[in-house]
Amino acid sequence: MAPGEPLLEVRDLVKHYPLTQGVLIKKQVGAVKAVDGVSFDLRQGETLGIVGESGCGKSTVARMLVGLERPTDGHIRYRGEDITRLSGRAMKAVRRNIQMVFQDPYTSLNPRMTVGDIIGEPFEIHPEVAPKGDRRRRVQELLEVVGLNPEFINRYPHQFSGGQRQRIGIARGLALRPEIIVADEPVSALDVSVQAQVVNLLARLQADFGLSYVFIAHDLSVVRHLSDRVAVMYLGRIAEIGTGEQIYDHPTHPYTQALLSAVPVPDPGARAHRAGASAGEGRGRILLSGDVPSPADPPSGCHFRTRCWKAQELCARVEPPLAVPAAFQDATGPTRHASACHFAEERRVVPSE
Amino acid sequence: MTNGGAPPAQPLLDVQDLAVEFRTRDGVAKAVNGVSYTVAAGQTLAVLGESGSGKSVTAQAVMGILDSPPGFVTGGRILFQGRDLLTLGKEERRRIRGAKMAMIFQDALSALNPVLSVGTQLGEMFQVHTGTSRKEARAKAVELMERVGIPAARARVGDYPHQFSGGMRQRIMIAMALALEPDLIIADEPTTALDVTVQAQVMDLLAELRREYRMGLILITHDLGVVADVADTIAVMYAGRVVESAPVHQLYKAPAHPYTRGLLESVPRLGHKGRELHAIKGLPPNLTAIPPGCAFHPRCPLARDVCHTDRPPLYDVGPGRTSACHFWKETLDGAR
Repeated sequence: MAPGEPLLEVRDLVKHYPLTQGVLIKKQVGAVKAVDGVSFDLRQGETLGIVGESGCGKSTVARMLVGLERPTDGHIRYRGEDITRLSGRAMKAVRRNIQMVFQDPYTSLNPRMTVGDIIGEPFEIHPEVAPKGDRRRRVQELLEVVGLNPEFINRYPHQFSGGQRQRIGIARGLALRPEIIVADEPVSALDVSVQAQVVNLLARLQADFGLSYVFIAHDLSVVRHLSDRVAVMYLGRIAEIGTGEQIYDHPTHPYTQALLSAVPVPDPGARAHRAGASAGEGRGRILLSGDVPSPADPPSGCHFRTRCWKAQELCARVEPPLAVPAAFQDATGPTRHASACHFAEERRVVPSE
Repeated sequence: MTNGGAPPAQPLLDVQDLAVEFRTRDGVAKAVNGVSYTVAAGQTLAVLGESGSGKSVTAQAVMGILDSPPGFVTGGRILFQGRDLLTLGKEERRRIRGAKMAMIFQDALSALNPVLSVGTQLGEMFQVHTGTSRKEARAKAVELMERVGIPAARARVGDYPHQFSGGMRQRIMIAMALALEPDLIIADEPTTALDVTVQAQVMDLLAELRREYRMGLILITHDLGVVADVADTIAVMYAGRVVESAPVHQLYKAPAHPYTRGLLESVPRLGHKGRELHAIKGLPPNLTAIPPGCAFHPRCPLARDVCHTDRPPLYDVGPGRTSACHFWKETLDGAR
C-alpha cells in the first residue's frame, strides 16, 4: 500500500431516489435508499475493490465518484477538496482526473462514431490536454497502449469483439491521463479467456501510469486478483472493509462469509469439503435463505439481519457501526479490521490452495 | 466418447456427429461441426464453452427449437432413448418436448409469459400434455411451486412473473421444466443472471431434484466453478465441436487439450492475490471462417505444422476420456 494521504476520501455518502405518486402534483411517498452512508478512502496507486450483489449500491457509488450522480448527502474529497458541490468549470477540471470504464462494451460505445472519434472525444471537452493537430497521434498511441492495432482508428465498434471493445473503452478512460479510474464491472461481460487478457491489461496500465483504481465487480475472484483493499457492500452500506487478506482469509462479517462460501470454486475436490455444512456451524458452505430486501424499505438496524443466522434483538434496534469490532480491538493479526456486525467472529470459508 | 468406458445400457441421450449451420446474408456460419456427447440417466453432463462455441445451438437442436431458417441441422444423429429425433415429425417432437425432455433458460424474465400468471403457465403444462382439468392443474401448480421452494406458494400462484425476484423466477422455470417429470433436463446457463448467494441456492435445488427424479441433466455453462461443483462429466466445446471430454475430476486435474488448460489457467482464484493471469492469446474464431486444420491452432502454444492442415480426430486418451488434439499426450504429460 502506498503511503501518504488519501487521494479520495468518501464520507457518509448517501443517494436516495425519491418515489413519487401522482401525475400532475407529485407527492413523495418514499425513497429508494440506493446508497445509505458509505465511507472509504482511496490511496495513491492502490486498487480498492468493491463487491456486492445486484442492488447493493456499488454502481451508484461509482456514478457519484465520477460525477454522473449527485449525492443526496455526504462528501467526496479529492486531494482534500470537497467535490460534491462543485459546479461548472471547477467540476470539469476535477472530472478530468477521475474517469470511468463501463461494464457493457456493446452499449457504452456510440455505434455511429469511429474508434478514433470515440477515444478522441474527451479531447474535445478538455482541449488543453491535446492540441488539435496532435490528437490523431495521441489516439493511435492510446490504441497501442491497450493492445489494439493503431491502424484500426477509422473502424466502427461493431467491427470489434467484446474484448476489443472493452479495450476501446479503457483507452477512452485513459485519454485524459486521469489519476483515478473507476471501473464498473469492466470484465463481467467478457468470456473467460478474453477476461484474463483485460484483467492483465488493467494491472499493467496501473503499474505503467501509476493509476489508482476503484474496481467494482460481483466476481469475487477477479476482485481479489486485482485489489489491494476490498469493501463488501450490502443493501447500500459497507459491511466489511480491509485488505484482500483480511477480507478473504479472515472475514468476520457473516455476510462476507456467506458470500465467499457461495462462490463456486473451479476445483471438484472442494465439493466434498464444502457440501453438507449448514449455516452457522463449522466450515463449509453457508446457504443464505431468501432474497435481498427492497432498498425502498430496508430492515431497521442492521440491513443484513433478515437473512442472518446470528441475528438477535439488538440487530433490529441498533445499526452496527463500520469499525473494528470490540472483540478484535486487542487483536494484532489480520482479524483486526472494520466489520459492521454486533457479533463479529472470524470464520475461514475460502479453501486455502 | 462413443466407445470409451462403454456403459452397459444405452445412454439416455446420444448425440452423434451433429452439424448445424446458419445461412445468413453474410455467409454460412458453421455453428456446430460434428458434436458428439452422451448423457446417461441420472447423470450430469456439463457442456463448457465460451460464447460462439456452439454449446447452446447444440442444445437447441436436441430440443428441436432451433430457429429454422436460418438454422439447419446438416448432419448427424440425436438418439434419445434409442430413437433418432431427427427422423421424427414435428408433432411427435412436440409431444416429447416438455414430457420427456425440458429446457431451463438463462433469462427467466424473457422466457416466461409476462401477461399470464405463473399458476396459469405451470398449469398449462398439465392441461396441454395430460388433459387434466383446470382446477386440478392449479393444484398441481401449487404443489410444484412448493417443491421448488417458493414461500407461500398458495398465495402467490396467481402472481405474475415480474412480481417475483430473479432467483424465484428461476425456481419457477425449474418447476415448469419439472412439471411432467421428464427424463432429461437441459439447463442453459441457469444461474448466470443470478447473484452468487442465490446462484448457490438454485444450483443446489437443481442437483437435489435431479437425484430425486433420476433425470439426466445437461448443464450448459461458461463458468468453470459451477461445473466443478455439480457435474459428473464435462464436454469442452470450441468453435462448434467438442475438443475434450472427461470425468470432472480428471479434467480439472490433468486437462488433455491445450484449450481446456488455457481456460483453467486463465481464471483468477479466490485463495490468493494474483500474479499475471495466463491468458489465452487472440480471439475465438469467426464461425463463417473457421481456421483449417485444428480450429484452435492460431491461439495454441503447442501448434505445429500438422495443426494447420489436419483436423484432429477425437483421440481416446483414457477411460471415458477423449481429446481433439494431435499432441494430447504432451498436454497430458505437461499437466501431470
